Amino acid sequence: MTRVTRFSGRDPGPTARVAGFIAHLRDNGLRLGVAEADTALNALNAISAIHPNDCRRALRAVCTGCKDEADRFDDLFDSYWMDAGRVKQKVIPTLSSKINDDVHSSNDAKGKDAGASGLATAPDDGDGGEVDSDGTGKLIATDLRNLNRKDLRDLVRADEISAAENVARRLGVALRDKRSRRRIAARKGDRLHFRKTIRHSLSTGGEPVRLLRKRRPDRTRKIVALCDVSGSMSIYAQVFLSFLAGLMRADMQADAYLFHTRLVRITEALRDKDAMRAIGRMSLMADGFGGGSKIGPSLGRFADTYAKRFVDGRSVVMILSDGYDTADPQILSDALAKLRKRGCKVIWLNPLKGWADYGPIASGMAAALPHLDLFKAANTLDDLAALEKDLVTL
Amino acid sequence: MTWTDLQTALGGQGYVASDDLAVSLQLTLSLGRPLLLEGAAGVGKTEVARTLAAARDTRLIRLQCYEGLDAAQAIYEWNYQRQLLTIRAAAEDGETGKTVEDRIFSRDFLLERPLLAAITQDEPPVLLIDEIDRADEEFEAYLLEILSDYQISVPELGTITATSKPIVILTSNGTRDLSDALRRRCLYTYVNYPDRHTELAILKARCPEVDTQLAQQIIGFVQKLREEELEKVPGVAEMLDFAAALMGLGIADLTESPAVLQSTLTTLLKTQSDQAQVTTEVAQRIAGKAA
Repeated sequence: MTRVTRFSGRDPGPTARVAGFIAHLRDNGLRLGVAEADTALNALNAISAIHPNDCRRALRAVCTGCKDEADRFDDLFDSYWMDAGRVKQKVIPTLSSKINDDVHSSNDAKGKDAGASGLATAPDDGDGGEVDSDGTGKLIATDLRNLNRKDLRDLVRADEISAAENVARRLGVALRDKRSRRRIAARKGDRLHFRKTIRHSLSTGGEPVRLLRKRRPDRTRKIVALCDVSGSMSIYAQVFLSFLAGLMRADMQADAYLFHTRLVRITEALRDKDAMRAIGRMSLMADGFGGGSKIGPSLGRFADTYAKRFVDGRSVVMILSDGYDTADPQILSDALAKLRKRGCKVIWLNPLKGWADYGPIASGMAAALPHLDLFKAANTLDDLAALEKDLVTL
Repeated sequence: MTWTDLQTALGGQGYVASDDLAVSLQLTLSLGRPLLLEGAAGVGKTEVARTLAAARDTRLIRLQCYEGLDAAQAIYEWNYQRQLLTIRAAAEDGETGKTVEDRIFSRDFLLERPLLAAITQDEPPVLLIDEIDRADEEFEAYLLEILSDYQISVPELGTITATSKPIVILTSNGTRDLSDALRRRCLYTYVNYPDRHTELAILKARCPEVDTQLAQQIIGFVQKLREEELEKVPGVAEMLDFAAALMGLGIADLTESPAVLQSTLTTLLKTQSDQAQVTTEVAQRIAGKAA
C-alpha cells in the first residue's frame, strides 16, 4: 500500500504544495525564505521527481542547513507528504531509519507522482503542535532573562556561578586585548615597513624587491581586581568572588585581592583548577576577617606595596565595593590618587548603583569619584555583561 | 544525467557515494548551487570533490582554509616583483609613465589564487573549499560575495566576471559554527560513516584483490571499533590503510594472530589513549564478534 497522499481535484497544484511544505518546515523552526521555495521547486524539476525518496533527498539537500535540521527533516517530510499528515511519533522513528541511504528507491516506485502530489490541508494540521513548541521556546527565553535580571545575591547555585564566570571571562577578554599604537615588523602586516624595506633594498641594488610589512602588536592588559568583603558587601561577596574566579581563569596574568579591614592577595588561591574549590579556599580567606570596612587604608596599603610590583600603565585596577568606608574619606582619595599616578585605569563597580535613585552620597564613594575612569553598577549579570562595551573603549 | 548515472560515474572512479550524496551532487550540478558537506573527519568529504572532477574530466581547484587565510592568499595578488622589473626596464627604454602603468596593471601581472582561478577557466572546474570552518569569519564574508555573484572586483582592473561557473564544494568538520548566510547559499548534506554494506563496496572498489571473507572481517572489525568510545574514530581512509597493512602481511583471517592484529591497529588508532584503550583482549573480542 502506498503511503503517499492522494489529493482532491481542487488542489491548486505542485507549486502551492511545495510552498505549503516550506511553510510547514518554517513553522517547525527551520529558517527558510522565499528563495528556498524557489530552489526547492527547481530541485524537484532537476531530478525527475517520480520517487518519493528522491524528492526527500532533494528537498533535504535544499531545505536543511545543519546536522540537527537534517536529522529532523525525515520526520517533517513524512508528516507533510505521507499519510495525509496523520503520521505521529508512533510511526516515525522506525520509518525514518528504514528509509535511508541503502534502501533502493525502486521499491517505492508505486508512489506515482510524489512530486506532483502533495497535501493542501496538512499545514493546518501541524499548526496546533506548533503553537505549543513556540510557547516553550519563549518560556525558556524568559527564564534566561530572569537569571540575568536576578540580584546577584540570589546566585548561589554552581551553574549560576558558572554563568557569572562566563560574563567575567568575556569582560576579561574585552579588557585584555588592547592594541598598541606603535607598529612592529610582521609577516602579515597591514602596512609597509618602509625603513626595513629600504634597508633590504640595498642588497638588490636599491630596488625594493621584497616588501616588508608591519602591524600593531597586541598588548595585553593586566587586570588587578580588588574585592570588598566587608559586612555590608557579604550578600554580594559570593558572586563577586565567582566573578573574580572567572576573570582569573580567563587570564593567567590577572591579579586578585580581597579587602575588609586588611588586604590579602588571593591570586594563588584562585589559580586552583577546580572553580568551586578555588571559591571555597577564597571564602575561607575572606571569612578570616572581621570588623568594619576600611576601604581607604586597604587601598592605601595596596598602593604602597603590591601596586609597586604589579601595577603599571598597562594595568586596569577594578574595585568591587559599595563604598561604605569607616575610615576618613581623605585616605581613600589619597590612595586612589597615588594609584592613578602609576598610570593605570581605575574602575569601580558598585552593587548599590544598580538600585533606583542611588546617589554616591556615602562619603567614601564621593571622595573616590574624581579618581575613577569608570564608575558602574554591578548587581545583576546584565550590568556586568553591559560593562563589556565600556571596557573596550576604556 | 540522473543521479543514479552520477552515482555510477563516481563508482567508476572508485568512490561509492550514498544515495543522499549522489542526489545532492546532482542538484549541485543542475542548479549551480554550492554544496556544503559536513561530517566527521575521514568520511570522504574531500574525496568527493576529487572524484567528481575526475568523473567529469575537469580540473580540480582546491583552496585549503586555515586560520588567518586572507584575500591575497585566496583570491588574487599583484606580482609586485615583476611589476618592479618592468618599470625598471621601461625606464631604460624610455617608455612613458601612462603606458607603463597600463601595462603593469594588466592581467599578466595578476597572480591568480584559487578563487580567481576557479572563475576564469574555460571549462567549469570543481572548486573545493576545504575545511571552511577553519577560516576566519571575515573570509567567509568574502566567500559569500564570490559565491553569490561569481565575480571578483580588482580595483585597478575592474570587475572580473566568471567565464564559467565552477562547481563549488565546501567541506566542514564543524570546529566552529558557520554563518547562516553561508548555509543558506549552499545545498547541504551531512556525510555519515558508511554503513556495513557501503563500506564493503568501498573496500572492494579500492582494493579489489582483497579476499571476500577477509574483507567482511575487516569491515565488521572497523564498524565495531567505531562503536567503542574512542577519541579519534577511524575513518574510511584508515580502514583502507588497515586493509592494505593486513594484505601486506599476508593475513587471511583476523583472529589468526593476536600480535599481528595488535600491531596493525596503528593504522586505525591515532592517539595514545585510544591505543591504550584497545588492548589485545579488546581487539580479539571485537575481531571475534566481527568474524
